[in-house]
Amino acid sequence: MLDLHIRQTLGAFTLDIAFTAEERGVTALFGRSGSGKTSVINAIAGLRRPDAGHIRIGDTVFFDSARRIDVPVEKRRIGYVFQDSRLFPHMTVRSNLEYGLRRVPAGERRIAFAPVVELLGLGHLLDRRPRGLSGGEKQRVAFGRALLAQPRLLLMDEPMASLDTARKAEIMPYIERLRDEMNIPIVLVSHALDEVVRLATTMVLIAEGRVRAAGPVGAVMGRLDLSAVTGAQDAGAVLDLIVEHHVPEDGLSVLGFDGGRLTVPRIDRPTGAAVRLHIHARDVIIALQPPSGVSLRNALAATVVEVAEAGPSSADVRLAVGGSFLIARITRAAVRELELAPGRPVVALVKGIAFEPDSSGEPSDRRRRVVDV
Amino acid sequence: MELLTPMETTALLLSLRVAGVAIAFGLPVAVLAAWVLGRYSFPGKTLVDGLVHLPLVLPPVVTGYILLVTMGTKGVVGGWLYQTFGIKLIFTAEGASLAVAVTSFPLMVRAIRLSVEAIDGGLEAAARTLGAGPVDRFFTILLPLMAPGLLSGAIVAFAAAMGEFGAVITFVSNIPGKTQTLPLAIYAATQEPGGDAVAARLAAISFGVALLALMLSEFLANRVRRLIGQV
Repeated sequence: MLDLHIRQTLGAFTLDIAFTAEERGVTALFGRSGSGKTSVINAIAGLRRPDAGHIRIGDTVFFDSARRIDVPVEKRRIGYVFQDSRLFPHMTVRSNLEYGLRRVPAGERRIAFAPVVELLGLGHLLDRRPRGLSGGEKQRVAFGRALLAQPRLLLMDEPMASLDTARKAEIMPYIERLRDEMNIPIVLVSHALDEVVRLATTMVLIAEGRVRAAGPVGAVMGRLDLSAVTGAQDAGAVLDLIVEHHVPEDGLSVLGFDGGRLTVPRIDRPTGAAVRLHIHARDVIIALQPPSGVSLRNALAATVVEVAEAGPSSADVRLAVGGSFLIARITRAAVRELELAPGRPVVALVKGIAFEPDSSGEPSDRRRRVVDV
Repeated sequence: MELLTPMETTALLLSLRVAGVAIAFGLPVAVLAAWVLGRYSFPGKTLVDGLVHLPLVLPPVVTGYILLVTMGTKGVVGGWLYQTFGIKLIFTAEGASLAVAVTSFPLMVRAIRLSVEAIDGGLEAAARTLGAGPVDRFFTILLPLMAPGLLSGAIVAFAAAMGEFGAVITFVSNIPGKTQTLPLAIYAATQEPGGDAVAARLAAISFGVALLALMLSEFLANRVRRLIGQV
């Protein structure tokens, strides 16, 4: 487990960050540019030294100001994928990949060359120079190079920020494969909510050098007080569901979770597969009774948990649906007329779903599509 | 008819040897200086920078004179070298190498430093995260990437070293076969009655060597750039 608490003064800006992250999965540090995210992973890597605090992974102490421990970068064995790849221009892709690997004693190599090349689809690039590679290819090589250095932890600093939408769609499945197939914890820095929603298991929300919230993605995204930080347009909850069955004749899939079922356009995932949906607050309607005679298919029994102002005329309503949460953005007038208050049972109507459907490893152009359901 | 007279051959070979030895010993020091000046900041950096560049702005005769005073057999350093190791630099080819090494040093440092500064520091940070220590990074990242600047710096400095006059004649005098390099031989020829033809031939040789060196420098630097993936 990564256990971190750092304090650092950077000019007029102070960073005071503490969080823990699991040994498995992706921990996303999410926040706006300049919120201090990259400083955090630079401290983890050892590229920047905090004024005070500690950084530990399991029993290994990398930094502890009280105990005067500061392990040099090259001894930490923490992988780092930079935003700009930073491949060595004078080496082939193969030499780049082997750079870290060759610096690890043979007996400590758990991750072998061939499987990584296979996982990241690098076989046809091995003899090329970085100069001729596309942005997406460069990042894949950078993933492989960091992985083959046998890291205890893999840091990624906005690995897709310099890529266009198509390249980004191409690279995301590879990060998912790293997450699912390699037993290495990943700390991902991102300011793009769609990346976080799709890739992260744990979310650490950072604003102005402080941790504003941390926890499972669904729990953090379901909070109303954070929409200003996550971005008002993208406000909305995240649901983790299971594919229950498909209805081929209607081209639909039925997804289940502890709060009920959602029917969505057919998803190319097998029955039993996990699917994560981002349901924007503006796509959720609140009714007092189950409606009849409307085209909406998805109605979930819900309970109002919290109501908060979201703008001059709008309010965000947090709804408990089973053990999960939805957020609905409605007018304040509607809140008044429907007498929405904590504890009131209502019906949540889901009118659109932003899909993050493809976790299968195939690049998909369906990413981020919002469909009416 | 021989292409070169024995006297011309001697002067040419001596020049090549003097310049070659000077670059061979000066280059590692120049790389070190360029690396430190290009990558690190430390108190007194401006002074070190100035000292490195001093031979470029000093009249070469002054450089030669300073060497004469300090490195002569009665000088502080020269005297110690002579008494302890029996090494005599004054009036020797080795002394000529020292003189041209000093005058061509700033040329090398400048060229190499430019290429060090052009290397993205992020690459070294990446190498660190991959487990490479400082010496490792120097040899696997910095040195290959600074190779074009290193090569062209060394070759230009070599050509300049072949042509150095003032520092050499002041420090080691003009002894045929011992310290008489090409420019000194030209000078000596022009002082002799009827030496014009010899001077002209020697000048042509100098011209050819200098031109060859510059062309070789361009060619090699381009080759190396391709080799390290910059083009």
